[in-house]
Amino acid sequence: MSSFRSVASRFGMALILLLLVVYFSTMSEAFLTQQNLTNILRQVAMLGIAAVGMTLVILTGGIDLSVGSTLALTGVVAALGMTYLDIGIIPSIVLGLLTGVAVGLVNGLAVTALRIPPLIATLAMLTAARGVCFILTGGLPIFGFPSGFAVIGRGMVGIVPVPVIIMVVMMAIGWILLNHTKYGRYLYAIGGNQEAARLSGVPVGRYLIISYVIAGFFSAVAGIILLSRLNTGQPNTATGFEMDVITAVVLGGISIAGGEGRFTGVIFGVLLIGVLSNGMTLLNVQEYYQLVIKGAVLFFAVALDQYNLRMNEVSRGRVVHETESKAAVLKPMPGE
Amino acid sequence: MTKPILEMRGISKSYPGVAALTAVDLVVERGEVHGLMGENGAGKSTLIKVLAGAIKPDVGTIAYDGESFPYLDPRHALKLGIGVIYQEFNLVGYLSIAENIALGQEETFGPFLKSRQMVAKTGELLRSLGIDLDPRMPVRELTVAYQQMVEIAKAVSRNVKLLVMDEPTAPLSGREADTLFALIARLKAKGISIIYISHRLEEIFALTDRITVIRDGRFVMTTPTRLTDRKSLVSAMVGRALNETYPDGKHATRRKVLEVCNLSSDDVDDISFHLFEGEILGIGGLVGAGRTELVRAIFGADQVRSGAIAIDGVGCAIASPLDAIRQGIGLIPEDRKQQGLLLNMSVKENVTLASMNRFLRFRLVHETRERSVVSKYIEQLRIKTPKMEQRVKVLSGGNQQKVVLAKWLETNAKILIFDEPTRGIDVGAKHEIYELMRELTRQGISILMISSDMPELLGMADRILVMSRGRIVGELATPATQDQVMELAAS
Repeated sequence: MSSFRSVASRFGMALILLLLVVYFSTMSEAFLTQQNLTNILRQVAMLGIAAVGMTLVILTGGIDLSVGSTLALTGVVAALGMTYLDIGIIPSIVLGLLTGVAVGLVNGLAVTALRIPPLIATLAMLTAARGVCFILTGGLPIFGFPSGFAVIGRGMVGIVPVPVIIMVVMMAIGWILLNHTKYGRYLYAIGGNQEAARLSGVPVGRYLIISYVIAGFFSAVAGIILLSRLNTGQPNTATGFEMDVITAVVLGGISIAGGEGRFTGVIFGVLLIGVLSNGMTLLNVQEYYQLVIKGAVLFFAVALDQYNLRMNEVSRGRVVHETESKAAVLKPMPGE
Repeated sequence: MTKPILEMRGISKSYPGVAALTAVDLVVERGEVHGLMGENGAGKSTLIKVLAGAIKPDVGTIAYDGESFPYLDPRHALKLGIGVIYQEFNLVGYLSIAENIALGQEETFGPFLKSRQMVAKTGELLRSLGIDLDPRMPVRELTVAYQQMVEIAKAVSRNVKLLVMDEPTAPLSGREADTLFALIARLKAKGISIIYISHRLEEIFALTDRITVIRDGRFVMTTPTRLTDRKSLVSAMVGRALNETYPDGKHATRRKVLEVCNLSSDDVDDISFHLFEGEILGIGGLVGAGRTELVRAIFGADQVRSGAIAIDGVGCAIASPLDAIRQGIGLIPEDRKQQGLLLNMSVKENVTLASMNRFLRFRLVHETRERSVVSKYIEQLRIKTPKMEQRVKVLSGGNQQKVVLAKWLETNAKILIFDEPTRGIDVGAKHEIYELMRELTRQGISILMISSDMPELLGMADRILVMSRGRIVGELATPATQDQVMELAAS
């Protein structure tokens, strides 16, 4: 039982993912084909990219609700760059990415300098950035991009779609950031206990701002891909997208309270959402029912996670005893 | 002779691989204050949890008020009149004292609360316990000491017959503790039996009628308090004779490493002093005298209003902990769990947190170098941990303190500030910390040490500054006496 438990807690999400894959492949012949698997990856690319940024922010104990709006704003700005400003593809992309960075910077400053709770600061940004989208476009779609721009969202390198390549690169960056840099270490420290981190010399404010900026950047990357895929700049895209991103991150085992969770879990969280939507569509589950099922999955995944956490606490309770009583026995004797 | 109120016999509880309790007996007579003692991890909390019904014992019986049970569940324990005052209180800050005390058993008239009656009843209860508080006051406005009294009053209102107090004086100042002792005397007069858990020997001797000692989950002895003394009690707890002396050796030179001139902040006023190389400079005073606030200001954790700090004779501006660390200062805070450590992070990550820059290669963390440094500290400071990836949360207090110390040693700190260096650390491990402090001063590190533990302050410090109401009111050369310190502190 306990060994099952430890396996379940470490590989819980991977296990559920595996079961889903097995289930869908027995139910539908179309599921386990190269074509369909490529599809799934393409479908989750934007989600996966935005999830990297969200992971960083949630690890600090914050949250970024402005992801969807940032995505749309990035797209609108880049679209205007290619049409209205006519500055070419690359400069327009850079302009779009800078927009995302700027949004992140404002979020970060609001959270640190103005001490607005992240939920509120980014909620305000969600609303305001969306408004800017409508102002810039007058509410109308923008099209007529230079040919070649569509490659980002629709192109292929061999059998791999370009967005998937971008996602893999972004996730690799996220993984390295979290597991092998000072920044990653500090992020866990800040999320675990801001005061203790500060007293250990961690410049908390600076790293919080950096996290929101990076999150803005990742949202912007996703925004560029979306723009290219649609090949029109629309002010009303990606509404509610932040909720999908948060779902993926939380499914991945990142604690909403901050400071806990591994990046590999997020990769599984993203894939889980992709496999689930794709599989249900293949099985002709109606859209409305899909929503209910997705909600239920989030519900139970987190409930399972909490259960595991509690069990771990209990078994850690045992460890406490073990180490403490040993410490008491092994304590070197003063004066000997 | 009347039967005891509580007779726990042969209580055993084991988890896979570990025996937390082995045949422990605890017998509490009616109306007595019974001290329960043991080192951290000895099994005190497990035993209390069995009594409160939070844990089901494997073997053993609990006889309470004439009835015998194989185990209790939390509801049942409450109904029997067993109350526990934990170190974290179960109070709702935004509710008033009366509402907190009535919580869960409000008297109502239809859907409406009988508020006036509730307030009157609470007022009566508080008066009977000698607690001078307005029942309508919100709990969040009370000091910790008063909150604790409300918690006790709440237990009394539920007809508690046996009250367990887990280290009740840990968060209290000396005077507050005296008030608590008076309250305990009143509870005793009401016929309530009390199990009193504490590390502080003075309290145990002042308060208790009998003492039970457990060690490594086993029953050691139960003895009337008047038939034992400090020495035998400590050796019963530790399992060997322990010298309560402090390691010798003064290593102070005449070189000033830290000079503080006319420092003022919101909490301290016009502070000036200096610290010599290799010295242990003690700071004594009552809780609330501004000692912690002073060292936090020096460390850049709190804002300074005016004044100057010089290190090695050179003036420097310290606006944040990061600045202080760069100047070679380290702070080992009083609240180790909330401020000193990242509980959910590993031993390794905690040790290297303040000196990450040393472990970077091409901007990435160099794991091999990190591991070798951390294992060096684990060995040198004798940190007991199964592996360096262990979360520090599960280490004992003494080992956690060593992890904090290792963190600062790795920053090459030349000045270490210890705020209550042995708070919450058990007797055996205390001595190790003292030895380490001496060894550090021998190596030329200078130490600023706040301590409320009078023997510790007198035994370890080379010189003692005494603070009162945010100011330094005197300096004592050691050997000094407890009376000298108290006289200044109370001024």
